[in-house]
Amino acid sequence: MFENMENIYLAIVIAPLLGSVIAGLFGRVIGRAGAHWVTIIGVGVSSILSMVAFKYIVFDGGEEFNQTIYTWLSIGNLDINVGFLVDRLSVTMMVVVTFVSWMIHIYTIGYMHDDPGYQRFFSYISLFTFAMLMLVMSNNFMQLFFGWEGVGLVSYLLIGFWYKKDTAIFANLKAFLVNRVGDFGFLLGIAGVLLYFGSLDYVDVFSRTAAVEGQTIQILSGHDWSVMTVICICLFIGAMGKSAQVPLHVWLPDSMEGPTPISALIHAATMVTAGIFMVSRMSPLFELSETALSFILVIGAITALFMGLLGLVQNDIKRVIAYSTLSQLGYMTVALGASAYAAAMFHLVTHAFFKALLFLAAGSVIIGMHHEQDMRKMGGLYKYMPITWFTSLVGSLALIGFPGTSGFYSKDAIIEALHHSHLPGSGFAYFAVVAGVFITALYSFRLFFMTFHGKERMDKHTWDHLHESPKVVTVPLTILAIPSVILGAFMIGPVLFQGYFGDAIVVSGAHDVLTEIGKSYHGVWGFTLHAFKAAPVYLALAGVLTAWLLYIKFPHVPAIFADKLGFLHKLLLEKYYLDKFNQAFFAGGTRKIGQMFWNIGDVRIIDGFFVNGTALTVRWFSGIIRTLQSGYLYDYAFAMIIGLLLLLAVFVHHLF
Amino acid sequence: MIEQIVFYCFAAMLIFSAGMVVSMRNPVVSVLFLVLSFFSCAAIWLLLQAEFLAIVLILVYVGAVMVLFLFVVMMLDINMTVLREGFVKFLPVGIGVAVLMLISMGLIVGSSQFDIAAVASVAQHDPGYSNTKELGLALYTNYLYPFEIAGIILLVAIIAAISLTMRKPRTHKTPKPEKQVSVKRKDRVRLVKMKAEKE
Amino acid sequence: MLVLSDFLILAAILFCISVAGIFINRKNVIILLMCIELMLLSVNLNFVAFSHFLGDIGGQVFVFFILTVAAAEAAIGLAILVVLFRNRNTINVADLNSMKG
Repeated sequence: MFENMENIYLAIVIAPLLGSVIAGLFGRVIGRAGAHWVTIIGVGVSSILSMVAFKYIVFDGGEEFNQTIYTWLSIGNLDINVGFLVDRLSVTMMVVVTFVSWMIHIYTIGYMHDDPGYQRFFSYISLFTFAMLMLVMSNNFMQLFFGWEGVGLVSYLLIGFWYKKDTAIFANLKAFLVNRVGDFGFLLGIAGVLLYFGSLDYVDVFSRTAAVEGQTIQILSGHDWSVMTVICICLFIGAMGKSAQVPLHVWLPDSMEGPTPISALIHAATMVTAGIFMVSRMSPLFELSETALSFILVIGAITALFMGLLGLVQNDIKRVIAYSTLSQLGYMTVALGASAYAAAMFHLVTHAFFKALLFLAAGSVIIGMHHEQDMRKMGGLYKYMPITWFTSLVGSLALIGFPGTSGFYSKDAIIEALHHSHLPGSGFAYFAVVAGVFITALYSFRLFFMTFHGKERMDKHTWDHLHESPKVVTVPLTILAIPSVILGAFMIGPVLFQGYFGDAIVVSGAHDVLTEIGKSYHGVWGFTLHAFKAAPVYLALAGVLTAWLLYIKFPHVPAIFADKLGFLHKLLLEKYYLDKFNQAFFAGGTRKIGQMFWNIGDVRIIDGFFVNGTALTVRWFSGIIRTLQSGYLYDYAFAMIIGLLLLLAVFVHHLF
Repeated sequence: MIEQIVFYCFAAMLIFSAGMVVSMRNPVVSVLFLVLSFFSCAAIWLLLQAEFLAIVLILVYVGAVMVLFLFVVMMLDINMTVLREGFVKFLPVGIGVAVLMLISMGLIVGSSQFDIAAVASVAQHDPGYSNTKELGLALYTNYLYPFEIAGIILLVAIIAAISLTMRKPRTHKTPKPEKQVSVKRKDRVRLVKMKAEKE
Repeated sequence: MLVLSDFLILAAILFCISVAGIFINRKNVIILLMCIELMLLSVNLNFVAFSHFLGDIGGQVFVFFILTVAAAEAAIGLAILVVLFRNRNTINVADLNSMKG
């Protein structure tokens, strides 16, 4: 049936690019409807073909595809290629990316239908899909980096989509700069790979790990560091930037300035998970460095717990979800650190669905509220927006890991994996993720109750016009709600315990936590029932209950807490002062240094000394010389005759 | 012996007339003395058996160039008193420089370098020898290209002299680039504010 | 018997007179031009003398060219002088310093 999968893979990548180019360059010609049709068809084709490829590889046991399509350039022995590696890992990502992206395209028709930048928007998100697919399907580091930067670029463009809004411009610049920090680490990591492995091709690199494993590198003289650790940590710094891990997470909450579909696209399904995907893809490397794994574990744990805490005090509906995303990314990272790559990917997939669902539901609420995002001005919406209400509830339950939902399986798997991990830092990480369960439940249902229940706090005008969103919004919501509930139960067995990813993920025996869990795994029902014997489920329910008490039953209590624990509340509101610190120290410091260089280097040395100094010297000298040029003929004649005399004296009579 | 007498006579005349050229108050007299010095020089060239050049010097130089000088001098209405300023003041300097130069040149060209022995064999030409023919042969063979270039230089000089002095009647209009370049916006554009007129 | 030195010294004297003339007649452009003619004459005298004593006609050819160039120079110089006088109403060198740096 599929003699030539190459064409299919090419089509998967090219279709969104084509849509993007047409919508972007010919947006005026084809009009608004044309733009959304062409991109939706493009991404739709890509999505359906991804599913075909998925079926081919996963169900029909088709061959993995690893081939170079095109050689971009050759430098010495280094070929920089464009090629695809389609195995179980990437095909899973492809399906998630294209499917979520497709839903978002459709949803955008409703959300953006009044926006003047309609065609531009479609062009961007299609381009984003393209870049993400390049990243996911890459078979070498260079193309990975291309896709990596591509999604970074489009995210920059999308966050600043409303480019007349100051905060949006600030946010997109911030996202861009923070991502540069991460990308710098990533680039160093790639350079390290090239230096020690002599290749950028995944398969080549992974086959040479044994040779590099024992080598050391001296970055500071006198300190031997394992090459693998340095490379892995550098690569992970890239992932920290893209997947918004502490301390490079600061861009993600601010990126909520973009339109809601973007938030969903960037924060749920695709871009932020690029880091997770990348680390999973590099598992053969990461497995060789326990130090790097511990580092990942700790960073992930900090992100999971502390970013969740921040979600408790936010009032902007999208920001709460953004912090929840940060926290969930922390969970995935923790799983990576514990070598449970499959669990991380599993959570990535389920999270993509339920977080996209939550974002789109939030978007739907925002449409209903006439672009009001402050939860304090909402309440009681369930009466007016039943579909949104219901899908939100489903999303929230999945997020907190309510037994039976997809989030439950993936999150529980991570917690279990940590429980079995023996890496340094795993104790702290275990505590962080378990505490995180309670926090997650609390902020999720705080959002849910504040938005959909309680007293209607909006103004009269908005109240009168409350209505359910149009079909283009509710249909994707409904479609996304289904996998949010059921996907986990189907996936958990094969993904975690039955070697779903095959050779794509390598776990060394020493930290293979999933196999250990697998020993006590007896089917979905067993796993679900087992959860009721452990703390996380009760913590989640406690979180929901607390939220109900605080925001429905006794709505005046949170204010008292905030008052009594003023310091803590302030700390959370200020996001641990990280933003202010960055602003003052990095941004301000850079500006100060720049100012200094400008004042001293540019103004004084270059302008003052070299440029103006040269000119001044020439002027001074010529001021003296010009007096020789009197303009009088006889002076010149005199000079010539004197010159003649001197020449005679010197050359003929040898006088001087 | 006669040769020497002739030479010294004409040499004295040449030096005298040259001195008068630079020291005369009236430029017309200067020009006339210049003519005299050309004559003397032509005579000396005859002694050197350069008949053609001697005649050319008189015909071309005296006949054409000097007349041109005279013409210009007489045509221009010159205030001579102003032009004579500094004559006395610079006389010592001029003489000093001239003497210095004369000494240093004399040291070179004095008989120590160019004595009789050095140029003993002055070619004696047979009676049928024609200087004009020899010069013509050299000019039209070995020096043909320089000769043509000399002709072109003369042509250019003619054109230059004419175009410099000709006062053209303004019969046609041409753009003046220097004015076009230096024009300012305010010279050409005037902004007028007015209400739209209804028709 | 005349020797080469006689002619060369005569030419040197002529040259020095004209140099002195340039110095003392520094205001009058016409006299300056005439001094230049005298200088060229002295040079020509040298050429002719060498040509005669060395038996090489090339020297005279050069004199011929110098005469040509001198004629051209005189023509253009005088033309410039005429234009100058027409525009500035003076040929005083002391008034001509618009090229002053």
